[in-house]
Amino acid sequence: MTTGVRWTGRSLRRFEDPALVRGLGRFVADVADQHRGTLHAAFVRSPVPAGEIRSIEAPPGAPVLTAASFGGIRTMCARLDRPDFVALETPVLASDAVRHPGEPVALVVAGSRAEAEDLAEQVVVDIEATRPVLDAAAATDPAAPTVHAGLDMPMGNNVVLDARFATEGLDAAFEEADEIVALDIRAHRQNALPIEARGAVAAHDPATGRTTLTAANQMPHMLRTALADILDIGEAELRVVTPEVGGAFGQKMCVPREYVALVAAARLLGATIAWIEDRSENLLASWHSRDHSYRLRGAFDRRGMLLGLDADIVCNIGAYSNYPVTFGVEPLMAMAELPGPYRLSQYRVRSRAVTTNMCPIAPYRGVSRPVLTLAMERLMDTAARRLDLDPVEIRRANLVREFPYAMPTGLPVDPGSYVETLDAAVEALDLEGFRRRQQQAAAEGRYVGVGFSVFGERTGYGTPAFAARAMEITPGYETVQLEMNPSGDVTARIGASPHGQGLATALSQLLADELGVEPRHVSVVHGDTDTTPYGWGTFASRSMVIAGGAAKLAAERLAAQLREIAAHQLEASPEDIRLEDGSAVVAGTSVGVTLPEIARIAHHSSHLLPAPMEPGLSVSATYDPGGTFSNACHAAVVEVDPDTGHVHLERFVVIADAGLEVNPMIVEGQIHGGVTQGIANALYEELVTDDDGNLLTASLMDFLPPTACEVPQIEVTHLQTITDASITGAKGVGEGGAIGAPAAVLNAISDALSPLGIEVDEMPATPARVRELIRRAQPTTTGGRT
Amino acid sequence: MSQERVELTLTVNGERHDVRVEPRKTLADTLREDCGLTGTHLGCEHGVCGACTVLVDDEPVRSCLMFAVQCGSQAIRTVEGLADGDRLHPIQQAFWEHHGLQCGFCTPGFLMLATSVLESRPDIGDEELREVLASNLCRCTGYQNIITSVHAARDQMRS
Repeated sequence: MTTGVRWTGRSLRRFEDPALVRGLGRFVADVADQHRGTLHAAFVRSPVPAGEIRSIEAPPGAPVLTAASFGGIRTMCARLDRPDFVALETPVLASDAVRHPGEPVALVVAGSRAEAEDLAEQVVVDIEATRPVLDAAAATDPAAPTVHAGLDMPMGNNVVLDARFATEGLDAAFEEADEIVALDIRAHRQNALPIEARGAVAAHDPATGRTTLTAANQMPHMLRTALADILDIGEAELRVVTPEVGGAFGQKMCVPREYVALVAAARLLGATIAWIEDRSENLLASWHSRDHSYRLRGAFDRRGMLLGLDADIVCNIGAYSNYPVTFGVEPLMAMAELPGPYRLSQYRVRSRAVTTNMCPIAPYRGVSRPVLTLAMERLMDTAARRLDLDPVEIRRANLVREFPYAMPTGLPVDPGSYVETLDAAVEALDLEGFRRRQQQAAAEGRYVGVGFSVFGERTGYGTPAFAARAMEITPGYETVQLEMNPSGDVTARIGASPHGQGLATALSQLLADELGVEPRHVSVVHGDTDTTPYGWGTFASRSMVIAGGAAKLAAERLAAQLREIAAHQLEASPEDIRLEDGSAVVAGTSVGVTLPEIARIAHHSSHLLPAPMEPGLSVSATYDPGGTFSNACHAAVVEVDPDTGHVHLERFVVIADAGLEVNPMIVEGQIHGGVTQGIANALYEELVTDDDGNLLTASLMDFLPPTACEVPQIEVTHLQTITDASITGAKGVGEGGAIGAPAAVLNAISDALSPLGIEVDEMPATPARVRELIRRAQPTTTGGRT
Repeated sequence: MSQERVELTLTVNGERHDVRVEPRKTLADTLREDCGLTGTHLGCEHGVCGACTVLVDDEPVRSCLMFAVQCGSQAIRTVEGLADGDRLHPIQQAFWEHHGLQCGFCTPGFLMLATSVLESRPDIGDEELREVLASNLCRCTGYQNIITSVHAARDQMRS
């Protein structure tokens, strides 16, 4: 490691940005529009949530492809190897039944998207609509329609996962309790909503027989394997490229049916075909998220110590499974991680996935953790109010302080700063001062409140973490191939697939320190299955932990080789060679050789290399960690307008600990974005359907992401707890903001409305919902306010 | 259905583009497909997100809500016209310096929106600027560093 300038820890400007601010970033729609002769696809979609397809009629000669056109395409089916799991198969295009609104039924290809859409409107799909089931609780009723008729459902109607865990002393803990706090948490359906919707261009090259799919996607290698499996073609015939991706947040992680159909169509027609999703399609039928219900009971003693936790979790996973992580990701993550950073020995949980006639669910920033954190943090605040304890004190009493700690499920928690972040948030807020202000406000008839949210964010999920879910396709590791060319420049080829995070910049900083070069001499190649090692892409706040770890390991190997060559040249010992400022020097002397000189020897004068070293400078390393936890405390200050139910966010404080911060500017940006999505989840964003399953929020006039006016200044303080769970010291960042914010906001609203005895357990806490709670709490005193 | 195409000359970033487009074709699609200027992005195609913001006679417009045939006699400016050769425009430089972008998809729209307001109202105050920036949606940055960037550009352009 260099002893010269250190790049890690600096807020280096991103290498990604100059092209992006000039409008030169190449996103998938740009690839489509820049390629002459691209055909455009439009999908014909089901207008109803459930029904039998009777016929599909296209205008004569129209280029319309249906399931029948594709012949022997397999269904998409990702599995968990566990007895409480029912696998759901997804046809690439629906052929006999439709199971959710917007389900793709046919594909129309034309010279332009406008023409393709015109033709799609002329395709007549005769569907005999059947009674849908939209709600998870209703779907488990034996009398409810069965979404996948004919499939054996041994765990109950439409129940496709029923996972349970219990410690032996749970009942005793509840018997001993001084206070049992029960609450129902509801997180409604949302959309991750990247500003660039999904899209892909499939180009078949008759000369090579290969098909290249350029796609807005987070997992290019997985996508290639899935396409090969489903289409039953050799994986070598496929190349997947992920160009610039305009945000993803989980929505571009799983394999879309549309991409599979597009590749099949391109191969069938020998053409280049683009599909660029429009916003209404995206809101209706991309992937939805959340839609969880928790019934929670906590057993507390009178000092507020949590003695036992009993949870019943139901996830509405929609009509089909996602691929590859399956619908199990939602209920299984929820049950494994629910207890969070609170010391707990007695835990019982039942966690179910229920299929309905709704759009399928896929991961969205935080996956289950925004909701499980909401559940635990609402439990803590509700218990505090019941026991007349301070919400900060009940957390201090229960938070884990000694490490390593194991959750009741056995999940190990590495050292973090749970109590420290809470204390720092209390200080940043001036909580005492706030309480005085709150009392004054109450005297004026105003409702202001503060809410806390303390959580751990499990990151760096390696293979063991995913294997614990018994996933047939088990992600986890990352590989980095590192090469120094004859001019001394470094190229890192990675399996991770960044899409806006700035990973190329951050990795170049990390590698620069390991190799004693400047970051500008390091280029990072990603997002092309032809030129990068097999990997799992970018999701779950994993990249700096896992790809960063692999980069560090690879750099150590390359550095060792550089030192050995230098030592041979300088007649010194490799242990005495330091790599710094672009040179290899003998420690304590000015004797050295530049890295370009070493690179030339390695490539062009390999006869001068120490035996038995091979020519070239090329190494590879893989990292597969067990996992770690980032952690944070969020605190929100709100004022609620009792007449309208409107919530005004006055302050939002974040004390975040993501371990080592390679580029603090990037870390802070991730927190800003995550918190904003968390605020959006807490207050604004909801996919609403009517009783017939029609989506009422199919435009951005109805589904409401916050603007610059809704988001307050986010006040971030950074702590850095370094543990050996991650070889770089980085613990991962990305999802945390979204995980913690909903609980802080709903706790703050509940605190503000505590004079009315209101607890807010449903998100988003829209004005209508808040107003309804106030109306119910003030049945006789509302007067003109109803 | 398809319509007869009309001939049209657009002036974009000071350059003439002779195009033949259907009357129903939006300015955004025309810029991207017929002028080869793919820096203008489409996020919603119904006029809410603002990713497609361009300047028409120096006024910010949603290019997804305008037809190309409406713009034949006007001066159109897009993100590709901001930099002076290799030298970034102060607003581009500020977004780079202050991490005003992550994925970069909404960025061209924000850059054009900010350019317009800073050119027409160089002394605009922070609160009003925040309201103007609320015209467009960003999903990555939480707006924090976009606001910081535009403040920095405002101060730079004033001096």
